[in-house]
Order: sequence, then structure tokens, then C-alpha cells
Amino acid sequence: MAKKDYEDIPGTYVFDGEQNRKGYYLNMFCMSLNKAENREQFAADPQGYLMTFPMTDEQRQAVLDRDWLGMLRLGGNIYYTFKICAFDGLTMQDAGAAMSHVTVEEFKQMLLDGGRSVDGNRYKSEWEEK
Amino acid sequence: MAKIIAGVGTSHIPSVGAAIDNGKTGIEYWKPLFDGYGAARKWMEDTKPDVAIIVFNDHASAFSLELIPTFAVGVAPEFQPADEGYGPRKVPVVKGHPELAWHLTENLILNEFDITIVNNMPVDHGLTVPLSVMCDQPKEWPCKVIPLAVNVVQYPQPTGKRCHDLGKAIRKAVESFDEDLNVVVFGTGGMSHQLQGERAGLINADFDKAFLDDLTQDVDRLVKIPHTEYLREAGSEGIELIMWLIMRGALADDAKEIYRHYHVPASNTGAGLIILENQ
Repeated sequence: MAKKDYEDIPGTYVFDGEQNRKGYYLNMFCMSLNKAENREQFAADPQGYLMTFPMTDEQRQAVLDRDWLGMLRLGGNIYYTFKICAFDGLTMQDAGAAMSHVTVEEFKQMLLDGGRSVDGNRYKSEWEEK
Repeated sequence: MAKIIAGVGTSHIPSVGAAIDNGKTGIEYWKPLFDGYGAARKWMEDTKPDVAIIVFNDHASAFSLELIPTFAVGVAPEFQPADEGYGPRKVPVVKGHPELAWHLTENLILNEFDITIVNNMPVDHGLTVPLSVMCDQPKEWPCKVIPLAVNVVQYPQPTGKRCHDLGKAIRKAVESFDEDLNVVVFGTGGMSHQLQGERAGLINADFDKAFLDDLTQDVDRLVKIPHTEYLREAGSEGIELIMWLIMRGALADDAKEIYRHYHVPASNTGAGLIILENQ
């Protein structure tokens, strides 16, 4: 496979064709939550509702565990997986904190302080040095 | 004849819409952002455009992974606010301008931009939040709207150059429409933000400010920014800024900046607003 010039960006899951192929049904499940009747079904029987989508067991488990990072690794796209956050009444800061392994308070404070700096966060090699 | 009189660049952050809808714009967290919107709303009120062409991206509302158009123009008489997973926003229905939308689409396609034509398109926060930012909470939106949806969700997004060229073609098309209409083009999304991954929360105010500066000082630099530079410097979702280049391309080369506002943070994002006017 051709080398991707964005692969050296740390902590970032670029939603390209490869991710689309992996995550198609996971994301289509998320999309289904746009409809109120589907949200009701998912609320009533999470596992049963997930079984109606031909996802992998690993993807279903990541949804049940609300493993936001795991979903990205399994082909989830944040614009789609965020629909599960909305379903749970969570915000982007809740998900952001979980994905970057800090508390929600710490994550919010980082944003108030100007956000995560790009310095030291451009290349995977910078993270490996830490 | 129709003419493009101005361009607006603005972020389309969903929680900004929620702050407006829930009456929270005066609280400490939001006040600094909304204080900066006052002058822009006054400008919108004074300018009274007949039509706004709003360049935005759909967030898994009208389009899913089943079908991912790179550029799509809404030609319908109206567009309903979308249910994005928590019920539709309680904002006015968006009224289209089918005559200009079809004229635009036909001209763009014959000018070699292969536009997807959309008759049924619920519009999500990507389109309605910019209207709320510029118009607050009216009973009806004050102008007709032509939605122009751009794929920024699936890599690869269109290039900055392609977006800028599309803007230029939009200008030509609008100027060949027979009715006297004042048209404003909105470029929306961004500015720097990363919603996903261990690097979530990235904001790059220096990148954003340089982007705002170069909308008038060095458009060529902006047009040449490659995807990977957006991803690395402005965060994975910062690439939405390519949509501002469509707005910029639709304006004259010597368009003048008349207002800007920039605030960090608005939710996870560097929030920018700029108004450019043709001379």
C-alpha cells in the first residue's frame, strides 16, 4: 500500500478509504440514531439492536463499552460516533477527555487555556521521545 | 443582474447553536464569543442580502457513507432542520431559491464542475448555526438560502485550489443571472479543532489568525495548503477551512476585510468570523 503522508501525525485517525471499509456498518449504525424510533429501540435493547447491523463483535463491544478510542480504531468516524455521545447526553468534551486519557475537568481546563498546543504534537516521533 | 456583494467566514460549532437555542449566550463562558457577533449581526441587518449561498458540510444528516458527494447544491424550495440525534433544532425552515440554484448548478456543470443536484436535503448545524450566528433568532430567516454541501468528512476532501476555483465559477454564474439580487456567500466550518483521538482538543490560534490575515493578504498561500498541513497544524477537523476558500474565490481579488472576531475556546474549537466586502 502507498505510504500515507499523514500517518506520522500522532493521536489522529484520518478517515480515509481504508477506515471507511473497516467502519462502514459501525458508522451506519451510528447514523441510524438520527431517527427517534431507532433511538428508542437501541435504548430498549442495546445488544439486540446492534445485532441488526452486520458489524464485527469487536465493534459491537466497543459501542456497548462506549470505548470512543476503540471505535475510531475499528473504523469509526467521529462525526458518526458522536451520535452515540448525543444519545448518552454527553458532550464533545466528555468524549475528548476519554480519548486523551484525562478527566473531563482537565480537558475543559486545557481548552480554556487555549487548547492543546500544536508544539510537540505534530509528529509521532515527538510523542515517542516523551 | 445578480451580484455577489460580500463573503462571510464563520465557524459552525453545534454548541453555539445550542447556546442560542437555550438562552445561554450571556453566561460567562459564552459572552466573549457572542459579544463579537453583535457587529456582524448589525452588518447583516443593514446589508439585507436577498440570497445567501451557504457553503457548509453535512455531518451524517442528509448524506451518509452510502453516498458521499464532493460538491452538492440544494435546489429545493425549502430545507427542513435535520434531526442529528437529539431532535431537530427549533429554528425556522430554510427557504431556498430554486431559480438561482438551478441557474448556478447548470452553469457550474457546463463550466466543468460536476455538481451533485439535491432536491431533498435536511440541513444540520453546519448550515443553521451560521444563520443563527449572523441573524440571531428571527421568526423567519431574513434571506433565501442556497445550500452548497462539501464533503469534508471523508478523506480525501477536495483540494483548496479546487474549492477556490469553484468559488470563482460561482461568481461568474451568479453574475449571469438576470434578476437583480444581492448575494452573500458564506464559507463555514473550522477554524482549528480536533475532535478525535488522543490528540483531541488541539487548537492552533496562530494558524487561524494567519488564515484570517491571508484571506486578504495572501490568498495564494491559503489555496496551496495541502491536506496534511491542515490535519497536522489545524487538527483533523480543521480541514473544514477549505470551505472558506469557496467563499473567498467568489469575491473579487481586492475584496476588503470589514470585520473580524476570533475567540478560543468555543467548545473544542477556535471560533472565527470574518466579513469581506467587494469594493
